[in-house]
Amino acid sequence: MSRAYILRRLMMTIPSLLGISAIIYAILALAPGDPFGQLLTNPNVPPAVVAQLRKSFGLDDPVWLRYLHWLFAMLHGNWGFSFSSRINVSTLIFERLPVSLVILGAAEILAILVAVPVGVLAGTRPYSLFDKIANTLAFIGFSLPTFFTGLVLILVFSIRLRWLPFVFRTDLSVTGIAWLWQNILQSVMPVTVLGLFQGAALVRYVRASVLDVVKLDYVTTARSKGIGERKVITRHIVRNALIPVVTLVAVQLPVVFGGAIITEQIFRIPGMGSLLISSILSDDTPVVMAITFVYAVLVILFNLFADLLYAWLDPRIAYR
Amino acid sequence: MPEPLLEIRDLRTWFQTDDGTVRAVDGVSMAVGRGETLAVVGESGCGKTVTARSVLKLIDMPPGRFAGGEIIWRGRDLIPLKAREMDKIRTREIAMVFQEPMTALNPVYPVGEQIAESLRAHERLSVKAALARAVELLRLVQIPNAEGRVHDYPHQFSGGMRQRVVIAIALACGPQLLIADEPTTALDVTIQAQILDLLNDMKARFGMAIMLITHAMGVVAENAQRVVVMYAGKVVEDAPVEELFANPRHPYTQGLIRAIPRVDAKAEHRVRLEQIPGTVPSLLHPPEGCRFAARCGFATQACVSAEPELRLVGPEHKVACIL
Amino acid sequence: MPGSIPASLIADEAPPLRVEPVAEQRVSLRRQAWRRFRRHRLALISLFILGLIVFGVIFGPLLWPVSISDIDFTAILQGPSWAHPFGTDDLGQDLLARMIYGGRISIAVGIAAMAVAGGLGVMVGAISGMASGRVDAALMWLTDLFLALPQVPLLLLLIFLFRDTLRAALGEEGGIFLLIVVVIGGLRWMPLARLVRAQFLSLREKEFVEAARALGASRFRLMVKHILPNAIGPVIVAATIEVANAIITESTLSFLGLGFPPDVPSWGSILYDAQQYLDTAPHWALFPGFAIFLTVLSINFIGDGLRDALDPRRVI
Repeated sequence: MSRAYILRRLMMTIPSLLGISAIIYAILALAPGDPFGQLLTNPNVPPAVVAQLRKSFGLDDPVWLRYLHWLFAMLHGNWGFSFSSRINVSTLIFERLPVSLVILGAAEILAILVAVPVGVLAGTRPYSLFDKIANTLAFIGFSLPTFFTGLVLILVFSIRLRWLPFVFRTDLSVTGIAWLWQNILQSVMPVTVLGLFQGAALVRYVRASVLDVVKLDYVTTARSKGIGERKVITRHIVRNALIPVVTLVAVQLPVVFGGAIITEQIFRIPGMGSLLISSILSDDTPVVMAITFVYAVLVILFNLFADLLYAWLDPRIAYR
Repeated sequence: MPEPLLEIRDLRTWFQTDDGTVRAVDGVSMAVGRGETLAVVGESGCGKTVTARSVLKLIDMPPGRFAGGEIIWRGRDLIPLKAREMDKIRTREIAMVFQEPMTALNPVYPVGEQIAESLRAHERLSVKAALARAVELLRLVQIPNAEGRVHDYPHQFSGGMRQRVVIAIALACGPQLLIADEPTTALDVTIQAQILDLLNDMKARFGMAIMLITHAMGVVAENAQRVVVMYAGKVVEDAPVEELFANPRHPYTQGLIRAIPRVDAKAEHRVRLEQIPGTVPSLLHPPEGCRFAARCGFATQACVSAEPELRLVGPEHKVACIL
Repeated sequence: MPGSIPASLIADEAPPLRVEPVAEQRVSLRRQAWRRFRRHRLALISLFILGLIVFGVIFGPLLWPVSISDIDFTAILQGPSWAHPFGTDDLGQDLLARMIYGGRISIAVGIAAMAVAGGLGVMVGAISGMASGRVDAALMWLTDLFLALPQVPLLLLLIFLFRDTLRAALGEEGGIFLLIVVVIGGLRWMPLARLVRAQFLSLREKEFVEAARALGASRFRLMVKHILPNAIGPVIVAATIEVANAIITESTLSFLGLGFPPDVPSWGSILYDAQQYLDTAPHWALFPGFAIFLTVLSINFIGDGLRDALDPRRVI
């Protein structure tokens, strides 16, 4: 993958960032209740901060200048002051970000670990019993809303069986192995809920991708070389089938963020998602604005990463 | 004829579909001798590709199945062989070159690696040795700057070059039979001649036999020693090449030969290109009698009621026609 | 067929026989599609189940004429019984009646959101596919941009910002309904637009379109009469899945307290209250949750069946 390609791809993130932030800004500017005005007039904001915000958001300037000021401020982490928590929004968010990313990451890994083998097996034996069962389970998996699965798991494992805690705590008083174990116990349910939901959708994509690749000519060529069916599957089919799946995982990430928000809410995980919900419910505009922006940036970053990964995996792309 | 290298006896390869059983190959017999080129000719859908793929058992077996017959390779029937046994024969003893060079190579591996793959599997060469052999093979198939290009990806080669790479892969282990399924159909006319010449060179160098699948009679005339004509899943004529062109006995063969455009002196007047009227019968519900009867100018009642057997009408010349 | 009968090299006494090819069965496309759909057993069962659900939701109040807001403090948090087949909530309100009402809302939201997404998507996709060059590039850039938006946060943001105004303007139910439908539809049209555009691009070059164009058909007519009917298959499948998506999204929003408020009993808002009583009255949460699951599952299976029926690329 040439340096030129990487550079080109990086350059492409700029218009995306501009476009998305423009949309978010437009929504905020056109919304009733003047969210921007609120930033200044809310009684909870100390006067010193008001003055600084007025300057950094340039609220006395024409629209497009305001937008640029705003964008500049957002990119610098100048996110204002939270109405309800009375601290800088950036402090609040960066406190919560790691937990969200860890849960998200663990769930994604679980999803991939489950979906890839199942999808490949189902795709290489289409219409077999395994395939039919896997397919049906996948359908059930992504038809179950995450909040329902979460509630049922809590009902069974926390309330009835009392095996797992259902309140997530970042302030555990134990250390060492006990701390790790406690963390694992309290993460099992949210990671499972999120991971299996994502995994169910992934199984179908992996299977479809494998089915597409199996039909291709180079698979027949590979078979005709007499290298053994196992090598044909791993070296030729899977290697190629996973390429579009990589993009898919990245493209699905906005959806997974959504699922993570709900999971955090149900299991009371102090992450960014639950912060978003609580700030909406408490009309804490600056936090809502900042979190939306952070999510948008995360999506752009992950898409960039996925594109680069795709180009690395498929030699044809970088030469275009 | 001395003991043939490959003998297909009464092969039936059928496919299960939503609408019924498609009898793609329905009782086909032919043989390839040591070091000779057998051309298998017929229009699209007559079963020649399925026959070729059946030899190496590259047919998808859930919809496809062998409903009868034998494929005898050096005295052994290939049909009952398990996959692992079959793998030992693939590329090492029988190799195949496919029709579409643009899609025949895996896009994510360099071509050298793809050639080396079979070498490592069959001859257990080390990575280095296999790569060196790959370079040699690329040189053999006349790819310029072989050392440089061995690490290039398939998309960096043109169609003709890719087909050469495919041939290199096929020849890697020195097979005794090369099945070439329409190797030049997807290529430019100028490249076609080069590829066919390359195949003949390789044949001479390695003493290979070639089973050449094609629908172009011109290619047959120039490259084959013996010809088998197929129609709707069956063999209709089987003869040495000169005999076939001099004395075609089956009406279908006659039609095929007459349909060759002529640019030589004989075509002085502007003669309309001959066509064979009608279309191929459905392989789902093949007709009772001769499958060509619907398009044959000489069809009789006997033709429609019973299928004609392949019978000997001359030295090594068989025809499935009552005429 | 054009072409001369070959002059015979061998003189033949018997006159040449004309043999008729076996006549092909002419089965209508619709019948074929239905036959393929029927083959998908789960889709068939789901069609039946969904039919039951829709029937129950439409005719429910006639068969079970209990009010959704009859408060009865003597019968709070009761499990299923003859008087209350789905039990009661913390105000003694009958859950079966509320579920029937909620079903109407949820399904209506699903269909309406699908209509918005479908309408927008087909329009953008068709224009993009038929035009080319700059219009196409511009529309696709817009589509990609929207696709990169973080949907749930944006959904929440929009609802946060516009909820009060719409509620004031159109009333509790109407306001939220409009907001949710527009917002969900407005963020889900992109995959449909892409799909429609891809279909148009491939069909545009096909021979029958060339033929129609040669006969003088206008671009609009080409689009509507010739291409659209052929493009519609995958679009129907995608639209079906959208209904399921919309239902899940609406229930998720209501569950979070950001959709329909608890006194408007959509399946999600019922769950919003029910989650606090999970240990004492699990039936309250399980019934709506299961209803959502069953509806969405059936729709997804039906979508799969439609895919088999309308887009048969299966080999077996």
